[in-house]
Amino acid sequence: MSTYILRRVSQSIIVVIGVTLLSFISLHLAGDPTYLYVSERASNEEIAAARVALGFDRPLPEQYLNFVGGMLRGDLGTSLRSRQPAANMVLERLPATLELTIFALVLAISLAIPIGILSATRRGTPLDSGIMLFAMFGQSIPSFWLGIMLILFVGLTLRWLPISGYVPILQPMLNGDFATAIDNLPNALRHLILPGVTIATFSLSRNARLVRSAMLEVLNQDYVRTARAKGLSGRVVVFRHAFRNALIPVVTILGLEFGFLLSGVVVTETVFSWPGVGRLVFNAITQRDIPVVQASVVIFSLVFVTLNLMVDLLYARLDPRIRIG
Amino acid sequence: MIQTTPSMTAPVRLPADELVETPSELRRALRSLFKARWPLLALIVLGIVGFFALFGPNIAPKDPNRQTLRARLTPPMFAAETPNPDYPLGSDALGRDVLSRLIYGARVSISVGLAAVLLGGFVGISLGMVAGYFGGFLDDLIMRIADIQLGFPFILLAIMVLVVLGQSVANLVIVLGIGQWVTYARIARGSTIAEREREHITASRAMGANNARILLRGILPNITAPLIVIASFNVASVILSEATLSFLGLGVPPTVPTWGGMLAESRDQLLGGSWWLAVFPGLCIVLTVLSLNVLGDWLRDFLDPRLRGSR
Repeated sequence: MSTYILRRVSQSIIVVIGVTLLSFISLHLAGDPTYLYVSERASNEEIAAARVALGFDRPLPEQYLNFVGGMLRGDLGTSLRSRQPAANMVLERLPATLELTIFALVLAISLAIPIGILSATRRGTPLDSGIMLFAMFGQSIPSFWLGIMLILFVGLTLRWLPISGYVPILQPMLNGDFATAIDNLPNALRHLILPGVTIATFSLSRNARLVRSAMLEVLNQDYVRTARAKGLSGRVVVFRHAFRNALIPVVTILGLEFGFLLSGVVVTETVFSWPGVGRLVFNAITQRDIPVVQASVVIFSLVFVTLNLMVDLLYARLDPRIRIG
Repeated sequence: MIQTTPSMTAPVRLPADELVETPSELRRALRSLFKARWPLLALIVLGIVGFFALFGPNIAPKDPNRQTLRARLTPPMFAAETPNPDYPLGSDALGRDVLSRLIYGARVSISVGLAAVLLGGFVGISLGMVAGYFGGFLDDLIMRIADIQLGFPFILLAIMVLVVLGQSVANLVIVLGIGQWVTYARIARGSTIAEREREHITASRAMGANNARILLRGILPNITAPLIVIASFNVASVILSEATLSFLGLGVPPTVPTWGGMLAESRDQLLGGSWWLAVFPGLCIVLTVLSLNVLGDWLRDFLDPRLRGSR
């Protein structure tokens, strides 16, 4: 187990170094990055001064080390527009994004599992084909289009749910104010539904298919036939014998799924005007605010790597084959 | 004078040549395609989209960028009280013809999708085969780089690169292509390792074939089946990514009509009730991507021998 943890942690560190290196390289892909930081009408003297001020006149390895050093101190540059530290801007908006992502993940997984099981146990029936067709659809819809359609039909035409706005839960909880968090909950959920469904649909569809095929695989195993042969009821066989083992591939991709949803929030937050990191990235893109884009990429990747690591370690505790092997 | 026997002049045929699809294989594929209805429908949809992509400028009724401000936000014919036959699917906020823009949009989606998959496939398969065939340090290096790329959401880096490099079709293809290579590399590597040990490879090596020949003629033809399946799914996911990046304003330059770009512009008109601006481009994306996914599913079942005979 400890060798596994050690290997997995060092792997994550290598990925983090890779991320910093790649985001550093991509900044320099177009040549001198100074031009990304100054206005188009800047004079040559202003450009030269900015180049020195930003440290782009130093040799590349030194620039990289400075970048990493700054990162370790929590300094990811200053926004070109608001003049605020880019890292703070990202971190301020992280709770809203995490709320949306966690909601979408819970939604996707809690629906995908029963749907997948239902589909597998009714294999070949019209119900199964219907579910699978729907899942195929869900994997083919661009999330931002789904969002726009939900706004158009559920929000604007039927007026069932709010199409924008955000009520915080995580932020008051982090401040220790649980009463406010609980007060906010019903209203927050109403605002979460449309963007949550938008993000979750792809993941829900993919996982329903995954659960179905994992279940079918397991249901064909000898021990399931044995369980049936000794007269156990269908329900016991499905849930006690088959389902537990079918969960393994689902848990495996849970960490990746979270990261996948996290990267889906950029467009969804834009569509629903959700005040999270995704919308920050979108605005930074349109304003060419490079430090904020870079800070978001680095912090998002860090969150992703950390979550992935946590899921993998948890998973190793659950699955003896990894703990021992 | 010694006459060379025909067998000596004939080119050496590696066993791999015999395994390449024969006409009867093609006939079997067609028969299976006609028997399963959805994949056939998917193929027809893709045929239409491909036709639009190839001949768009010849079929589109109007110049997709011509603005007619008097005809701003014309509703589609079937939904209007006074149908305007000039704009069968309506017009946008600048009075541009939606149908023509949709037809031109097919061009970007399909060409970017195919080009990115070809690029990613080429890089991934070459690196994967080299890693699997030679093993050792090269293998370690290539697979560690692959691990790093899988370790974080690549779309974020794509955004970063496109913000720095600016909008162009070439940049988009490169970024989306590079985002793909790991999948191909992993599969190609695994299959190469399995294939490397087979007798026909030993035989061709004994006949003096060099590494390049063994890789290209001996191994590559035998590992293509799973790679083709992956490619068909990846064209679908690249088209989705392209639409997403266009939506974020990071796709091709705004003068080129794209489905994702049309959706981005439609957002400003939602509250005004111009639903057709959002519905039609989205439907184009969904139908294209869905067709590719359905076809990919069928192809996987067809090419995977373990599933053969099950339907």
